[in-house]
Amino acid sequence: MNISFRTDAKYCSDYRSSKILIAFLLAILISLPNSVSAQDSTATAAAAPAGGGDAAKGETIFKNNCAQCHAVTDERVVGPGLKGVSGRHDFAWLSKWVRNSQAVIASGDPYAVKIYNEYSKAQMTSFPNLSDDDIKGIFAYVDQAGTAAPAAATTAAAGGAGASGGDAKGEGPSDLFVLVLAALVVVMVLVLGVLVVIVSLLSKAVNGETVDSSKPDFMTSLGNSLRKISVDPAIRSATIWIFVLLVLKATLDGAFDIGVQQGYAPKQPISFSHKLHAGEYKIDCNYCHTGVNRGKSAHFPSANICMNCHGVIKKESPEIQKIYTSIENNQPIEWVRVHNLPDLAYFNHAQHVNVGGLECQNCHGEVEQMEVIQQRSSLTMGWCIDCHRKTEVNTKDNKYYDKLVQLHATESKEALKVADIGGLECSKCHY
Amino acid sequence: MENTNKRYWRGLEELRNDEKFVKAATSEFGVGPTENQYESLVDGAGTHRRDFLKVLGFGMAAVSLAACETPVKKAIPYINKPEGEFPTIANWYASTYSEGGDYASILVRTREGRPVKIEPNSLSKNSFGISARVHASLLGLYDNEKLKGPKKGEDSKVSWGTVDSEIQSQLTQVAAKGGAIRILSSTILSPSTKAVIADFTAKYPTTSHVVYDANSSSAILKGNELSFGKAVFPSYDFSKAKVIVGIDADFLGTWVSPDTYSAQFAETRRVSSGKEGKKDMSRLYQFESVLSVTGSNADYRTAVKPSQLGLVATALYNKVASKLGGTAISSSSIQIANLDKAAAELIAAKGQALVVCGINDPALQVVINALNSLLLSYGSTINLDKPANFRQGNDVAMNQLIDEIKGGKVSALILYGANPVYDHPRGAELAATLPKIGLSVSFNDRADETSSLLKYICPAPHYLESWNDAEPVSGSYSLTQPAISLIFSTRQAQSSLLKWAGLQSDYHEYVKAYWRKNIFTGGNFDQFWIKSLHDGVYDGTSVAVSAGAAFSGDLNAAVSSISKKYKASSSAIELTLFENVALGNGFAANNPWLQELPEPITKACWDNHACISQKTARELGVAQGDVVKIELKGKSVEVPVIVQPGQANGTVAIAIGFGREKAGKSANGVGKNVYPLAVFSEGFLSFAPGEVTVSKTGATREIAQTQTHSTVMNRKSVLQETVLAHFQKDPLAGRFIPKIHTSEGSVDATDLSLWNGHKYKNHSWGMVIDLNTCFGCGSCVVSCQAENNIAVVGRQEIINSREMHWLRIDRYYSSDADAEDLRGLEIASENPEVTFQPMLCQHCNNAPCETVCPVLATTHSSEGLNQMAYNRCVGTRYCANNCPYKVRRFNWFKYFDNDNFDYNFNNDLGKMVINPDVTVRSRGVIEKCSMCVHRIQDAKLTAKKERRRMVDGDVNVACASSCPTNAIIFGDMNDPESRISKLLEVEREGRAFHMLEEINVRPQIAYLTKIRNKDAVAKAAAEKEHA
Repeated sequence: MNISFRTDAKYCSDYRSSKILIAFLLAILISLPNSVSAQDSTATAAAAPAGGGDAAKGETIFKNNCAQCHAVTDERVVGPGLKGVSGRHDFAWLSKWVRNSQAVIASGDPYAVKIYNEYSKAQMTSFPNLSDDDIKGIFAYVDQAGTAAPAAATTAAAGGAGASGGDAKGEGPSDLFVLVLAALVVVMVLVLGVLVVIVSLLSKAVNGETVDSSKPDFMTSLGNSLRKISVDPAIRSATIWIFVLLVLKATLDGAFDIGVQQGYAPKQPISFSHKLHAGEYKIDCNYCHTGVNRGKSAHFPSANICMNCHGVIKKESPEIQKIYTSIENNQPIEWVRVHNLPDLAYFNHAQHVNVGGLECQNCHGEVEQMEVIQQRSSLTMGWCIDCHRKTEVNTKDNKYYDKLVQLHATESKEALKVADIGGLECSKCHY
Repeated sequence: MENTNKRYWRGLEELRNDEKFVKAATSEFGVGPTENQYESLVDGAGTHRRDFLKVLGFGMAAVSLAACETPVKKAIPYINKPEGEFPTIANWYASTYSEGGDYASILVRTREGRPVKIEPNSLSKNSFGISARVHASLLGLYDNEKLKGPKKGEDSKVSWGTVDSEIQSQLTQVAAKGGAIRILSSTILSPSTKAVIADFTAKYPTTSHVVYDANSSSAILKGNELSFGKAVFPSYDFSKAKVIVGIDADFLGTWVSPDTYSAQFAETRRVSSGKEGKKDMSRLYQFESVLSVTGSNADYRTAVKPSQLGLVATALYNKVASKLGGTAISSSSIQIANLDKAAAELIAAKGQALVVCGINDPALQVVINALNSLLLSYGSTINLDKPANFRQGNDVAMNQLIDEIKGGKVSALILYGANPVYDHPRGAELAATLPKIGLSVSFNDRADETSSLLKYICPAPHYLESWNDAEPVSGSYSLTQPAISLIFSTRQAQSSLLKWAGLQSDYHEYVKAYWRKNIFTGGNFDQFWIKSLHDGVYDGTSVAVSAGAAFSGDLNAAVSSISKKYKASSSAIELTLFENVALGNGFAANNPWLQELPEPITKACWDNHACISQKTARELGVAQGDVVKIELKGKSVEVPVIVQPGQANGTVAIAIGFGREKAGKSANGVGKNVYPLAVFSEGFLSFAPGEVTVSKTGATREIAQTQTHSTVMNRKSVLQETVLAHFQKDPLAGRFIPKIHTSEGSVDATDLSLWNGHKYKNHSWGMVIDLNTCFGCGSCVVSCQAENNIAVVGRQEIINSREMHWLRIDRYYSSDADAEDLRGLEIASENPEVTFQPMLCQHCNNAPCETVCPVLATTHSSEGLNQMAYNRCVGTRYCANNCPYKVRRFNWFKYFDNDNFDYNFNNDLGKMVINPDVTVRSRGVIEKCSMCVHRIQDAKLTAKKERRRMVDGDVNVACASSCPTNAIIFGDMNDPESRISKLLEVEREGRAFHMLEEINVRPQIAYLTKIRNKDAVAKAAAEKEHA
């Protein structure tokens, strides 16, 4: 039970209300809710600018040395974003800066001093070993990636806020929904037709044109019949009902999403990158999440685990400095929990990872690709149950299951699924 | 469907067919509160139209607000994670509970650095199971009303430094002037603490240490000194006794060390239906005034007035002495039922007999010692060479101290673990003089009745935050280690004493040094220390039991004292005070778990009462619930009456431990303090103060009593019992095997079913409860409450029949009289037989609750459990209605964060006791025993992680693990090697029965028939007797 918790109003209003609003808008505006396809994030390779550096080589160097502190966009990470940097400075200045930024500052270069002060006198690591070609390659990559990056960023943000068409689960709308919408469109078109007829008739009347009552033209007769239809109480109430049902359906859909935080990717107190640690450096998840094989919780690593490496590596980075400050002040780092199961649901990491032999990615998605950690699965009960129905029990070399496997083999030819050994029972997860 | 010739009843209300009882029996959820007495929007009983609209409106608003408010949850890791500590994984520490002489060797389960459960330590040879009080002591750790730091007068901001320097300088001054310094404490089991006091005395030589116990056994020490020259409390071994006679000694409930005695006694009561199984039992005779737990488990019980009890001892002695060649003593003759029989059997069981007496009278104890000596009990059932240290109080020394204080002869008083203003009969005298003492210091954890009168309070931490040791029985040691770091700015009493004596004040190091010097026998001390800490206990070299002790007491002096105090008959109404099983002496009364634990016999809680027999009540013209005024020599107390079957006629009994004034919210004003009514007889504390007058005040007070709450719908086969002689002939004796008449003749009830049953491929969790070894102590009830986050509901809700305990112990009265013989029953109600039956969810295979739930909130698992999904429950209560055992509990209120239920769930500190593995239920849902499914899950996972099959003992449920007598056996019935399977294999065609077998719900829980070691009496003879 939570003894205390904090609420972040900003996040709530942005995230939650936007979802519901969108759900309502959908129904009211009757726009077919096909997912707006996000702009393709793979940017087409632009011609290499900046004196023909090798962008591919530059990318490797950039990612290995610079990406920890610099973004290719104008986003400020530790150091300034590098978008358009080759336009701001000539190559000679840039290469001097890269090889030894302190020397440039010491020389009294006004821009260098300004940026040094602006970034609270954080020293940039010097790279005296980089050749001119290397540096050219880096900036070629920066220029190229800088133009492509905004598109990718937009995609991520859209996914994060659940704005990509309003359907956070990423499933298409149900058939019934489309059918009802189509019917409604037809009705609306008819109503529109009636309106047009009325307007034309009225304008004629105003202009003194008499209507030939004996020989009504086609438009008039259509208008008449439409008018009859429009005043028919059955049609009218049907229209109203359909409209009400649609709104109800949209509201319910919205309500089902309450508490589902799929796509939730809050800003963390330290911009820790799983992409870097788990993806590029291939550090085992277990190394930091020490509980994953032992117990219920996977554990957020304690600061001393960070210090195993960061006692030596990149000590001067302002993000790492936050860990130092935390240790010095005896103030733990308050991470924002991304994956939240309700208190009433019991979940055990050890059961799934240690016993079941599942990969972390099964539930957490491609963590090693995530710059900012994001909830990929819906974590709803349906999602759990679905997996328990489909997943075979990892019975290999586990004597616990021997008897169960034997018994199951006598009764069924199918593989032993989690559901077969009580995986769908209430008190598996609720007590 | 009558199974036996007995009629069981749960209270006199039922026997008399009281109107209120009959009404309650037909109303499933009790009678709703009249009017809207809680003044809350919805009182749980009915809803007014306007309230409904208000709730509706509020609900809509709340839902729309909730929709846009998702709290951001933070995850806060350690900065530097301690080695071996893993969040969400429990750590266990061995430790020791020792409060005022009560002792238990325990294991503490901690989660994220906070203790959440106490379990017994199976390595201990001196502690078996743990009592309700030890379980509840956990909640004492999180008591919000303790002092948060030292206090000087009214100044609670004072620092330890100031307090220390002031006290130290005053002590020096007092010592320099030769003024008397007194340390007053209850029994101290810790040898290191005694060494600290010795060190303190060495520094301040005018110090002396006075020990007293609120529930004193001072006379036993004195009696042994007079008889054998050793002022010790012997260790008893009930397991070796064939015949036991108890004289006002409730050794299964409250007397000195009931858990140990219960465990030993249970060994003699366990029988088996197997061909080679044990088929003999000990026999217990009990002579007492109050129907105690021991009395209710006795084979033969006689209700005796307190003024006659002494003569029971002398008469018993004379009867035995005449046969065994002892010197007869002169005493007035007394006609008491069962006395001759008891004497004859004691003689026959010579060498395997035991007589215990709980009366605090040295003369009586001398007679008892002489009796035991004649019976050759010393060396077999009593061991004087390995004395127990549970009671060391000296009534005489305490009275001297009070006189000294009154005479202004004490310059400094240090109070450690004692509260004499509350629990000493002369408390009022002390209260008047204590403020006059120049320097007075208390180590108590709160400003209680005594401490609030002293100059300084230097609060000591709870034992779960402390280092200590204990020597419960001579030569056996155990260690207390902290399971949590200090919660408040407190300091151990020992550290304070050491500091004031100018010594190194680290008590941890002190204990270690003491052990190195006095207990360690050689080898590597660090290893010895680590092992002792890990085990929690260390047994020194065992002392050989000497053949017997030579009795050298002066019987004549004893007899002359006895003849003055006791008389064969008395017509006046006598008062007797007794200890309540839950609260004990009242020291830890501010504990809602204990306050809400129904007393085993009366099944009443949140109050103490005047227990009066039906005959006496009729004579006095009082009825249950009448508030009566009981006057004794100018002192008086007003308490409500409980008409108690089994209470000796012409007596009135009231429990001690209630009526605290400065203990805290849960204890203050609950019941009345009756310690002032106790008296001193020849310097020894007596709980039988003599003749009283009882008068009606005209007021009435409702009694919060649980037994008559749930109806069993007049079904009569709830209990099955027999007597030993019948059982020896036929293991099925007393069993009721219901038959159903069909067109094909009569068939077993279990052969007819609508259902297909369940198949348990993996595990089949079940439980067997032995009614023969369940003595009704209630330890399992509190253990369950602690484990499963069960809410405390308070007095009013108990009256409304809304207690939340998942496990209750039903207490039934019965007699041999025919159910139709109403007069016979009425006679029987004077001294009925008692049966205890723990009742919890039976986890039926054909569960009636499951079929009626409209939302499938309660379903069956593939391991035999009846599951309850709280978040699915919508609160129709159909399941509770359809449950034949009445074990489902409805959350009528939100019991946490609710000022109407201001117990531990209503403050942040109190909530630390919550077991993180179990959901805290909210309002409007049903809950019930889950068979500790979280423990099962955890044990299964452990086995899976170790890639092995589960073995018996991997998991035990909270109730079974805490039972001192192992009356509850839990296990996997699919595992042929498990204890439960082996037991059922033997008992399936013997004592094992399912409750209400005729309705064929097929529970996973079986009971074993109760067997009394009574002589088989032909039914005709019994009828003749009553006719």
